[in-house]
Amino acid sequence: MVMLNLILILLVGGLVAALSERFGEKVPRQVALVVILIDLLYLLTHLWGMDGLSQLQAPVVNDPATWLMHFKTPWIPAFGISIELALDGISLLMLILTLVLGMVAVSSSWTDINHRQGFFEANLLWTLAGVLGGFMALDLLLFFLFWEVMLIPMYLMIAIWGHENRAYASMKFFIFTQVSGLLLLVSILALAGINHSASGVWSFSYFDLLNTHMTAGAAHWLMLGFFIAFVVKLPGFPFHTWLPDAHTQAPTAGSVILAGILLKTGAYGLIRFAVPLFPEAAINFSGIAIALGVVGIIYGAVLAFAQTDFKRLVAYSSVSHMGFVLLGVYAWNELALQGAVMQMVAHGFSTAALFMIAGSLQERLHTRDMREMGGLWQQMPRMGAVTMFFIVASLGLPGLGNFVAEFLVLLGLFQVDPWITAIAALGLITGAIYSLILMQRSFQGQPKDKWVDLGTADFAGREMLTMAVMMLALIALGIYPQPVLDTAQPVLQSLIEMVAVEIAP
Amino acid sequence: MDGLNIPLNHILLLSSLLFCIGMLGLMIRRNIIFILMSLEVMLNAAALAFVAAGAYWGQPDGQVVFLLILSVAAAEVAVGLGLVLQVQRRFKSLDMDSANRMRG
Amino acid sequence: MREIIWLVPLIPLLSSLALMLGSASFSRWIIGGLGAGSVGLAALLTLLSGIDFLAQPQPYQTTLWTWMQVANFSASISFYFDGLTLVMMSVITGVGFLIHLFSTEFMQEDASYARYFAYLNMFVAAMLILVMADNLLLLYLGWEGVGVCSYLLVGFWYQNSANGQAARKAFVVTRIGDTAMALGLFLLFTSLGTLDIQQMVVEANNLWLVGDMLPVVACLLLLGGAVGKSAQLPLHTWLPDAMAGPTPVSALIHAATMVTAGVYLIARTHGLFLLAPSAMMVVAVLGIATSLMAAFTALMQSDIKRILAYSTISQIGYMFLALGVGAWTAGIFHLMTHAFFKALLFLGSGAIIHCLHHEHNIFKMGGLRSKMPVTFWSFMIGSAALAALPFTAGFFSKDQILLQAYQLPEYGIWLWLAGLLGALLTAIYSFRLVFVVFYGKANTQPDKEVGWRMAMPLSALCLLSLIGGYFIIPVQDVFPEALHGHPAHWVEYISISVPLIGVAVAYLLFYSKRLNINPLVQSAVGSKLGEFWRIGWAVDRLYDGLFVRPYYAVSALLKSESVDGFYALVVSVNQCVNRWLSQSQNGQMRWYLVSMVAGLILLLTLALQISPEAS
Repeated sequence: MVMLNLILILLVGGLVAALSERFGEKVPRQVALVVILIDLLYLLTHLWGMDGLSQLQAPVVNDPATWLMHFKTPWIPAFGISIELALDGISLLMLILTLVLGMVAVSSSWTDINHRQGFFEANLLWTLAGVLGGFMALDLLLFFLFWEVMLIPMYLMIAIWGHENRAYASMKFFIFTQVSGLLLLVSILALAGINHSASGVWSFSYFDLLNTHMTAGAAHWLMLGFFIAFVVKLPGFPFHTWLPDAHTQAPTAGSVILAGILLKTGAYGLIRFAVPLFPEAAINFSGIAIALGVVGIIYGAVLAFAQTDFKRLVAYSSVSHMGFVLLGVYAWNELALQGAVMQMVAHGFSTAALFMIAGSLQERLHTRDMREMGGLWQQMPRMGAVTMFFIVASLGLPGLGNFVAEFLVLLGLFQVDPWITAIAALGLITGAIYSLILMQRSFQGQPKDKWVDLGTADFAGREMLTMAVMMLALIALGIYPQPVLDTAQPVLQSLIEMVAVEIAP
Repeated sequence: MDGLNIPLNHILLLSSLLFCIGMLGLMIRRNIIFILMSLEVMLNAAALAFVAAGAYWGQPDGQVVFLLILSVAAAEVAVGLGLVLQVQRRFKSLDMDSANRMRG
Repeated sequence: MREIIWLVPLIPLLSSLALMLGSASFSRWIIGGLGAGSVGLAALLTLLSGIDFLAQPQPYQTTLWTWMQVANFSASISFYFDGLTLVMMSVITGVGFLIHLFSTEFMQEDASYARYFAYLNMFVAAMLILVMADNLLLLYLGWEGVGVCSYLLVGFWYQNSANGQAARKAFVVTRIGDTAMALGLFLLFTSLGTLDIQQMVVEANNLWLVGDMLPVVACLLLLGGAVGKSAQLPLHTWLPDAMAGPTPVSALIHAATMVTAGVYLIARTHGLFLLAPSAMMVVAVLGIATSLMAAFTALMQSDIKRILAYSTISQIGYMFLALGVGAWTAGIFHLMTHAFFKALLFLGSGAIIHCLHHEHNIFKMGGLRSKMPVTFWSFMIGSAALAALPFTAGFFSKDQILLQAYQLPEYGIWLWLAGLLGALLTAIYSFRLVFVVFYGKANTQPDKEVGWRMAMPLSALCLLSLIGGYFIIPVQDVFPEALHGHPAHWVEYISISVPLIGVAVAYLLFYSKRLNINPLVQSAVGSKLGEFWRIGWAVDRLYDGLFVRPYYAVSALLKSESVDGFYALVVSVNQCVNRWLSQSQNGQMRWYLVSMVAGLILLLTLALQISPEAS
């Protein structure tokens, strides 16, 4: 029930936020913040008393009783569809990330939404609800439902509160994700159908579908369906083109959620579904997936360098960073998978922060074009210093979370294929190139005359507090990542073992 | 009854002829009044078929439906003539093609 | 006392954080006090633990916490303290403290006083972590950390985009080396199962034989990192540009400490390099080649800091030569003496720049001998040590390197000869600097002489440059015995006399002007060659054409996002079909009716066609 409540709190909270607009335009954002905080506290208080947490046992992947939490109640019994939610280490990490970044998102759009605030915050909360559901749902049809639930409010956020080219961007986002969602649905139905013809029972439960026997050909095509659906969301090359447009046009909170959380559902889907459901097909496919990951890393980095739009540059850097996740998942050993999980968390913070900075700059300067910026450190030293921090985080400075992630991914990949690792490591260089040029073009260089009388434009208390949360998170992840690694470890270990068993005979 | 022993086929043939004439009128004419008249012809063609079929099987249903069609036709004429007035007022013409605003 | 060495990097780090967070409320005195004081305190602690260590020279290892542990990989935040660490720590905190003190006066008028010391303290912390790290991953943390601090400090005066350019160049070029080093780390862990340096060497000796393939590859990858950080061929191009930073920064980072990190890395992992003689050969050859190339370039420079930058590259080349021939102790010894005299020279040039309205061009200086006596004597002593004149610090270390290179069988004599040529050039360019800047007629008048906070570090470094050669560094337990046989006396005499000849040449060329080489310089070949040397053997131009421009071109080419073209095609096909189909939606009722009837007829015909077969 706890898990269901987590989702319901956000759904109802969204409704309340929407209605609260009549009490004043500043009320919805406060409501939204409180709702997310309540949700987070609710989750944490329930974790506190759980004995399973102190010694996170290795969940047997296909035995729900060994998971941290498990909840199942029939929904459409005729087709074996149920409301089945479960929680393990990885879901838990993602849940916490989602809720924390949810608060960051509310804070990042504290002042820049100037119409229909209630509906905006409602959409934000509903997106979060969908994401939470996605991270917990273990009935594939329910998962699909949540997959769609997170898209539509997100689409509305871009389409209603986006910037100048929002109609195009939101439509592109919607079509890409919708087509990939369709692929996912078709694959889920086909998988359930195969399972039905083998066992005679309809079921969409993850635990039932894990051991479905099917021909290699069928497994290959279904795996491809899942793979494309998740890689579009990740986004991996060559399905990434919706991302720069969506990010550039989305309001700040939208970008934060999109980059910080929504992309992670793709990565999560790969780890949770795409590989374990079709182990053999996925491992056979890993060469191509890794190649796509490497191309994504380099391609994203080179394109990021070419951008003049602050947000677009950060968006392409996401493409590059998520390439590491793809590498980590398909290298499929514990080091690389831990790296991928770490990257999901660390990238969530670093990119969310950069988008928030981009939003703040746009709010103050009314432009995202870096050719218009330059020398801003003079007016906004605090913002400059904070940006510098997240820049070096995103280029992978040791001691910050992103380095741990990239290091583990590459170390794991090296054991699989040293040559590919050497190419992927070029991403470290290209990453430095685009990160530093971002800093140069915006905050360094000759200060522009037109920004001289910008007044008190520097980060103030609310923004600094939000940034401090993310900075501390990244430092903690960077110098003491062990709690996160330990939380994910049992899950990854049992996934690896399960896949190994499946492949062995 | 004996004197009027017309084969059913003949009546159905007549009915379909009437229907086709109405439909042709609908397709060819542009004047909205004539379109309405063509519609009436088609309705009556159908009604005729019903009456004939009712008589053939000796069932009252055919005549019941005839009455229904009659009332539908009356309603349709009422609405149709209302539309005619509106069209005339808006477009200063009774030509249907001048009211082709709903094109793709 | 050695239990508290973890405090040594922590103190500057905390001071750096304090300066970042509280800069607005601190007065200049507090900022300077925090900045220099924290490093001074670190130096004091280093001294205490050093005394403790010398009394009881056993390596000491301390683990603070486990950094990450995944599967069979584990790395911890732990420090390793032995003679080599002690030498490095002493140089970093000792010379570092002097430079911080110097900076309190040098940067006095700068608006971003606190930011400067925050960065500089952070650099010291990162550098200390680098040399104290027990495992290669923690070393890598320090390694990247100093890189970022170097980036921040080179681009410290951010308003000028040229500085930003130089800073980015420094970071990216060293990052290329760092990436190679990261790959080396992956390889070492994958084959040895640990990144702990001591344990790794033991494992390597168990698993590998001298001359195996894997240690050579691993060592070359580590060497990649080392040449990046230490500005050796082929990744040396960033260092001259890095002079865009404040001069004390150049003294600390780009002369005394960070650039020697590569030397430290190789010395620290010498157990691996001993398994890969061919990699050591590469180290020696790269070192001597860099040394000569940079020395020729230094001859032709007119910017005082660039001369010193190229000289640094050249001297680090000597250290690499030492490492490559297995003269580990001599290499580290030269690292230390070089830190003394090069910091002295940089601070001296900083004093000149400070007092001469930010003038960098040596030909616009001249005659400063009487007006800036402290600086003059600093330069004199520093140049003498750099040129390795007898009984200065540089003499002892460079002599050791040359003699040990000579003893290497087969190639030894060639390395020695090349080294001698380098020593000759070193003497010429360093005394060219002295004669041009301090003698002759005065072209610019200094507006002040240095204050005590600048004079004191200069004097201290003068002293160290003079007596540093008599220090005995406690590394005998760290490195294997060096080659001991003594070469013939004539070898030693030649080695001693070559720098003196160099000074004489410089005297004739630039002081008495008795030797006129103008015809040679102005001849067609001479001027071309001079220009070639002046632009650093055109390496920058080569890289520009080979890497930088193509990268820009590729990124500009890809910017249009050709992948999106495919999706755009799908969209335009759809739009085309849409336009085509919407033709039929023309709003004419009769047309709809006709198509309905036609459809009906078609369906009826089809039904009639099919039904007989069905029945």
